[in-house]
Amino acid sequence: MAPLNEESLARARAVVALYPERRSALIPLCHLAQAQDGWLTPEAMEQIAELVDVTAAEVRGTASFYDMLHLEPIGRHLVAVCTNIACLLAGGYELLEHAEEHLGIRAGQTTDDGEFTLEEVECLAACDVAPCVQVNHRFFGPLDDDAFDRLVEGLRSGALAGDVPRHGVLCRVERAVGLLARTGDGGPAPAVEETPVEPPARRATRKRS
Amino acid sequence: MITEAAPIVTARLGAHPDSHTLERYLATGGYEGLRRALAMAPEALREEVSKASLLGRGGAGFPAGRKWSMLRQADVTYLVVNGDESEPATFKDHLLVERDPHQVIEGTLIAAYALGVEQAFIFCRGEFALGLERLTQACNEAYALGAIGHDIFGSGFSVDLVIHPGAGAYICGEETALLESLEGKRGFPRIKPPYFPAAIGLYGAPTVVNNIETVSNIPWITLNGGDAFAALGQGSSTGTRLFALSGRVEHPGWFEVEMSKTTFRDLIYAPAFGGGVKDGKELKAFIPGGVSAPWFGPEHLDLGLDQDAVGKAGSMLGSGSIVVMDETTCAVRAAWRIARFFWRESCGQCTPCREGSGWIEKILRRLEDGGGRESDLDLLMDACDNISPGVHWPPEQTTICVLGPSIPSSVASGIRMFRDEFLLHAKEGGCPMRGAR
Repeated sequence: MAPLNEESLARARAVVALYPERRSALIPLCHLAQAQDGWLTPEAMEQIAELVDVTAAEVRGTASFYDMLHLEPIGRHLVAVCTNIACLLAGGYELLEHAEEHLGIRAGQTTDDGEFTLEEVECLAACDVAPCVQVNHRFFGPLDDDAFDRLVEGLRSGALAGDVPRHGVLCRVERAVGLLARTGDGGPAPAVEETPVEPPARRATRKRS
Repeated sequence: MITEAAPIVTARLGAHPDSHTLERYLATGGYEGLRRALAMAPEALREEVSKASLLGRGGAGFPAGRKWSMLRQADVTYLVVNGDESEPATFKDHLLVERDPHQVIEGTLIAAYALGVEQAFIFCRGEFALGLERLTQACNEAYALGAIGHDIFGSGFSVDLVIHPGAGAYICGEETALLESLEGKRGFPRIKPPYFPAAIGLYGAPTVVNNIETVSNIPWITLNGGDAFAALGQGSSTGTRLFALSGRVEHPGWFEVEMSKTTFRDLIYAPAFGGGVKDGKELKAFIPGGVSAPWFGPEHLDLGLDQDAVGKAGSMLGSGSIVVMDETTCAVRAAWRIARFFWRESCGQCTPCREGSGWIEKILRRLEDGGGRESDLDLLMDACDNISPGVHWPPEQTTICVLGPSIPSSVASGIRMFRDEFLLHAKEGGCPMRGAR
């Protein structure tokens, strides 16, 4: 896996410039790396560490805390079935069982063709359409078994590609401007300081500040 | 009682399918509140919010005006809007960011002006992909409109706004964990004191953290005055509030109603709201304010949706989410699923929460699955007591944040309200209702 490409790197630098302290960009940059690769590669974490001025271990240690950041490859479609209280009361566990059967995998696993990863997740805040499912963080619900099968078919055939980008792509709208409060209306955004990207080998010897 | 009070935060999205667009926003009075605010002195604006007695809509219900008044004077201060909505069964902020993102932004900008803050952040739950897209779009549009940036609307006031995506962790709804996360760290709640980020917040600077629904009320309060807001509701529970109703009801959904005057019975049974328990079944219990809240039974149905009244009755209005359980609902299974949630979401810093949630989850699971014993009821209450001594309401706290003392709420409610049902699980070697599901 490659580190961030030029386009991602340019976006990353623009994101870093939005925060008073670089480290605040850590999680947004993890999302950005996932948008490129579908998961958070070790190379990307090394590079994010450089960009926000922490060690790669700190990036990994932070990322591993968060459910949405995947430190190992997953399927192109992350199918997340909610089983928390409101969905439980509407048949969330029965839907999860059906999903396991239909996809031929257990929750936490990925299909052999790399198309689907199934997850049992906590409340997604869509309890009015319980039982609900997210695919790559796009909402679907309420779903019965047939509706679930149709959803999977739509994802497989590409019919839903417009609604559901591949896993990792979270926000398809780019921020259009930098910070303007201090620089004047319509003026240029503050120059983004170039962070030299060191080769990963040097990271090992670097001391924590 | 169902009052005639007009909705405030859902007025636009309730009437217009395109409520998220700038065009619709401007056509329905959008950014008029900000223009009005900028013509006022910041202290006069703060006074209006104090007069409104707007209670924070995130869960703790702390008065927004008082939170604002505690902001320590400093060269750099921050405003962070908490949109990390993750309390199970709560889906109001999700609605507001997706369907009326400009209202969230306008409320944020007015609050920033009132507080003299030059940089504001909206922390949006990462799983709200569409919400993030709409907030980002709205933010871009508001910059282009001159509502954000340098010298906004020619007022001399300058402010920047950053939409920050979360990455999936319930604990980040706790305001100090949210600030840690915004600093690029694990979402570990900070040790108190200081109790309020208004003293030491983001990067150690004084910071106000307000909920999405809280700031969504600010444009209306600015245009109509704090007194008009305070005239709605009763006592300390003023204005309208957005309630999320789910579980075993005919019409789950969101309903914005006048506080205090509407009762749980109205919300669950009135045809205009929940339409009654699903399939005409009997109500067994309901959760009045998110899964951190102790359960209520049918005897509590006539309580008003009022923060103080619900508190006195032994629970909380919390995040405004009501979950209905009917006669087919297994109390052990419901309590187990909620315990499992806390176990998965505990950040792990404090022993009572980290270990206690796991113990409770395992004991409840064996009761449900058939490995339980009658003594498990005492064992469960003992575990609860170790997390929150006395297991009463409001709870004692042995942990850094309130996630810990939230764990006993459901299991203790279940045992107290449905002791025989719990015992039957032990006697019959598993869930006696399994076939009925």
